[in-house]
Amino acid sequence: MYFEKITEIIRDQLGLEDAKIERETSLMKDLEVDSLDAVEVIMKIEDEFDIEIPDEDINAFKNLGDIADYVKNKKEG
Amino acid sequence: MSLKGKSALVTGGARGIGKAIALKLALNGADIIVNDVADIETMKNTVDEIKKLGVGCEALKADVSNESEVKDMVSYILEKYGKIDILINNAGITRDGLLVKMKESDWQLVMDVNLKGVFLCTKSVIRSMMSKRSGCIVNISSVVGITGNPGQANYSASKAGIIGFTKSAAKEVGSKGVRINAVAPGFIYTDMTDSLPEAVKSKFLENIPLGRYGEAEEVADVVLFLCEERSRYITGQTIPVDGGLAL
Repeated sequence: MYFEKITEIIRDQLGLEDAKIERETSLMKDLEVDSLDAVEVIMKIEDEFDIEIPDEDINAFKNLGDIADYVKNKKEG
Repeated sequence: MSLKGKSALVTGGARGIGKAIALKLALNGADIIVNDVADIETMKNTVDEIKKLGVGCEALKADVSNESEVKDMVSYILEKYGKIDILINNAGITRDGLLVKMKESDWQLVMDVNLKGVFLCTKSVIRSMMSKRSGCIVNISSVVGITGNPGQANYSASKAGIIGFTKSAAKEVGSKGVRINAVAPGFIYTDMTDSLPEAVKSKFLENIPLGRYGEAEEVADVVLFLCEERSRYITGQTIPVDGGLAL
């Protein structure tokens, strides 16, 4: 559920309707998103799930699966 | 009515140049949120004057150098108005003194209000502006941020800092539809400049090619232009409004 919602945010935010997006997909490497777009995606995720993601945690994300797991952990403990 | 339907936050908006800017934006249709740390009476008088122009206006007391106060203020505005279209970072103070005698506390206070305040207010509103792909920020620098001025090492450093900040921020968020510019007023008649020694004032005058001091409204006119659609291709710039003083 978290991964699906995050995928939806990314497609919507970046206009990537047809792009292949999987848990292993990296925002910056695979989707060629620049740093400001990446921050915007994170901001949307923060708004959507009503959480705050500190910079040091963002730097540890390798792919979208990491982000989904992180959000799940924050929301469900 | 070029700004009808827009909401504008003006820091330090109760007096001086900030008040002139708030009135000018209101005259052109914007709803105004005046931020200041002035006394209640001064805040109320400014709000009443703006409301007479037929726009919405309220005053919010908050210290721009205090992150939690800035966050609370911006959250309140976003909740109530749904957006902040225009931010004018105008709040500023002086604590003049020769460098050799300047206290660290006077350095720090000026940097906190004048420069950190710009950072905190901009950071707080930029997220909403980026999401809306629209927004306009005008930072009030000073001619002494370009030329320097003896007795104002702290003030001129903070105002020069605003110029660098404006350029960097404009580069960061230009692709998101947000424009950020600065205005560098010269010697403008306000309460703040009125307190300068006569000798300093007359020395300024000698170096102003247009031969007179400026009026706050002349700064407000340029700020208005930078908030309007007709300046849509201008970002990251610092525009002196100084009668030629910095030349």
